[in-house]
Amino acid sequence: KCPRVSPVVTLCYCFVSPQIRVKPDNTGVVTDGVKHSMNPFCEIAVEEAVKLKEKKLIKEVVAVSCGPQQSQETIRTALAMGADRGIHVDVSGKDYENLGPLQVSKILAALAKQEDAQLILLGKQAIDDDCNQTGQMTAALLDWPQGTFASEVSLEGDKINLVREIDGGLEHIKINTPAVITADLRLNTPRYATLPNIMKAKKKKIATVKPADLGVDLTSRLEVLKVEEPPQREAGMKVETVEDLVVKLKEAGRV
Amino acid sequence: MFPASRYSCQARRCVRLLQKIKTEHATPQLYTTLHRRACSTVSTPRITTHYTIHPRDKDPRWEGVEMERFADEADVVIVGGGPAGLAAAIRLKQLANKHEKELRVCLVEKAPQIGAHTLSGACLEPSALTELIPDWKERGAPLNTPVTEDVFSILTEKYRIPVPMMPGLPMQNHGNYIVRMGNLVRWLGEQAEEVGVELYPGYAAAEVLFHEDGSVKGIATNDVGIAKDGSPKDIFERGMELHAKVTLFGEGCHGHLAKQLYKKFNLRENCEPQTYAIGLKELWMIDEKKWRPGRVEHSVGWPLDRNTYGGSFLYHLNEGEPLVALGFVVGLDYTNPYLSPFREFQRWKHHPFVAPTLEGGQRIAYGARALNEGGFQSVPKLTFPGGLLIGCSPGFMNVPKIKGTHTAMKSGMLAAEAIFPKLTAETLDSETAGLHVPEYAENLKNSWVWKELYAVRNIRPSFHNYFGLYGGMIYTGIFYWIFRGKEPWTLKHCGTDANQLKPAKECTPIEYPKPDGKISFDLLSSVALSGTNHEGDQPPHLTLKDDSIPVARNLGIYDGPEQRFCPAGVYEYVPLDTGDGMRLQINAQNCVHCKTCDIKDPSQNINWVVPEGGGGPAYNGM
Repeated sequence: KCPRVSPVVTLCYCFVSPQIRVKPDNTGVVTDGVKHSMNPFCEIAVEEAVKLKEKKLIKEVVAVSCGPQQSQETIRTALAMGADRGIHVDVSGKDYENLGPLQVSKILAALAKQEDAQLILLGKQAIDDDCNQTGQMTAALLDWPQGTFASEVSLEGDKINLVREIDGGLEHIKINTPAVITADLRLNTPRYATLPNIMKAKKKKIATVKPADLGVDLTSRLEVLKVEEPPQREAGMKVETVEDLVVKLKEAGRV
Repeated sequence: MFPASRYSCQARRCVRLLQKIKTEHATPQLYTTLHRRACSTVSTPRITTHYTIHPRDKDPRWEGVEMERFADEADVVIVGGGPAGLAAAIRLKQLANKHEKELRVCLVEKAPQIGAHTLSGACLEPSALTELIPDWKERGAPLNTPVTEDVFSILTEKYRIPVPMMPGLPMQNHGNYIVRMGNLVRWLGEQAEEVGVELYPGYAAAEVLFHEDGSVKGIATNDVGIAKDGSPKDIFERGMELHAKVTLFGEGCHGHLAKQLYKKFNLRENCEPQTYAIGLKELWMIDEKKWRPGRVEHSVGWPLDRNTYGGSFLYHLNEGEPLVALGFVVGLDYTNPYLSPFREFQRWKHHPFVAPTLEGGQRIAYGARALNEGGFQSVPKLTFPGGLLIGCSPGFMNVPKIKGTHTAMKSGMLAAEAIFPKLTAETLDSETAGLHVPEYAENLKNSWVWKELYAVRNIRPSFHNYFGLYGGMIYTGIFYWIFRGKEPWTLKHCGTDANQLKPAKECTPIEYPKPDGKISFDLLSSVALSGTNHEGDQPPHLTLKDDSIPVARNLGIYDGPEQRFCPAGVYEYVPLDTGDGMRLQINAQNCVHCKTCDIKDPSQNINWVVPEGGGGPAYNGM
């Protein structure tokens, strides 16, 4: 008997340009005009959801993104990959600058209840802020089990078998549904969003909601004091003997 | 590995054959195949794996792979989301909306977002934009910096000779705007979406499709999921076919599909070969005290010698922060294979007139692109059954003005205006399945674009004289400034740029100074700033017709000029693992899509094809 789970896949709309610079007033990084697209780990999450649907283990894939108008592009890509419909949570301006994992997980928790979702799939972390917190916080807010850093997912009845990539190796766990899973790199290779699918995706529905409609308060508990560039990498130096190395380390105050 | 006796027998046969064949008459492949057999101790490692060189229908790895493509119909397909393509798209939809006709206009663009592959100086003449969108100011077009000061200099190694900018000279910029072209193109993309154009960035047009009668049927987008060795990956997907009644090709300077169309339809039989230059550009955040918004500086002379065409630009933008756009242009008809346009650019920045502006500043962007210099003499036939060429692809740049955007946009608009009545006519009046619109070429010849190109047609070729740069400037002063280009003769160019290189042994290597890391920089850190990236596991898109020619000919005769003219460090000659001899290494991921290699390769062996869509530079407002 296959579980009729309807997962919610959430996508990060993050900047992927390799060249980032700090704003002159040190309050953040310049994001205007910088190339944005779907977070690579979220692509893997979408792919996993679509694969599960193709195996008929789940009923419907809903793609969610929180951000300004342009984040709808990311939802379109997910729709082109095979998601059924999208939900765009409209957050822009100052709210968007302060949007962090806690706020996103509150939004997701509210949406999960509203959509009666049984499975939430996310990327393990966003490549612009590297927080690695949203999945875990969402599970905590919903009081659901979590399977993070998943490199293999299989559904068995109303339970999920998961292989997690951890520092010590691979961990096999079994968790109940409903659950939150975050995708790691080796879970799958995402398919390309081909042009015919992008064209078809234009006809699929994307609903827009505001965080206030979900009863979510976006106030941040964090205040960014300053953003600075990392120190310039200095030239290294070669030493001839181990004794020289020890002397240099002592000089630098490291030993 | 041949046994010694068989090898020497083959070698003797080859030498005899070589003595019979004159190298100019033998096709390059034949010559090098014989040459390769004659020196078979150096085996050429396989470099090119792309299917345009190694067809897939003969490749056993592709047996059984589904090659059927999904096809869709549009009224007009436009290749290229630059100023010309977007102007054409907008004009088409404006006409359709005005006359209440349904018109499906699809535009494909290889950049991941509109504007990401756009690079230009730029001083924009707003004439064409005002014709297209008269209320561009109210709509928020990013033309924020009117030109306030116009400075022209001839540089020597230490000094500067000012040249007065008199009204009437082509370089005079009164009434123009300094723009960040990438931002303008992005804005044009937004305007296009508003009027109902379907934009598809991230999808490159890889193939032209033909009807049975030979007319253009449309294009096919690139396949995805081919591995570096040319075999199919699990995620292989065929591209899609977009069919249209008429296809507009606006790929910019030296487009790869245009190259195929020139051959197929003989479009270049009555014009001169196109000549080009390479433009390298950087964006700098400078010290506020040095910032003079609206100031335009151009120079010629040092560090180039009087027989190498080129010069510099430096524009102070006025968009709320002390940003300057600066760069260097080198004509690709240069003769010395040791010349490196990138390093000329870097050393120009140290000139006493330039360096003070940059001191204390920070470089935030880098990029490069080839541009046309052929002008009037090099415009090919513009229309063929099923399609037409717009923008810098055929090439309408006004070289002394160094402006091509206004003419490119106008050509796009004229194309749209010529096509529209034919598309919406009661009966499709066409002999061929693809619509032929020769009216576009006629309208262009009657427009201000043609008059402008005609007036300046002799300025660039006038540099081909003993006095080089100075002869050219005197010619410009007399025949353009005084006589407005009305002289009855038309000077010729010198032939293709690829043929201008002299063998390395006839030239002197140039001693370039080392970059200081504050004003001048090395190549790799510059390439990193362009944000360029490509999917690593795909066949290199810099394809070679013959893998053995680079070492045999380019390195052997010209000392590997591609190592120097590529602004992204794609080409490197590295020693073979076996120790003796060199091989060409192609770092395709670095490519910034400038097209210089396809233009300047003296063996014309390099064929740039489009990589998987979405790859390439990530320019932001360049």
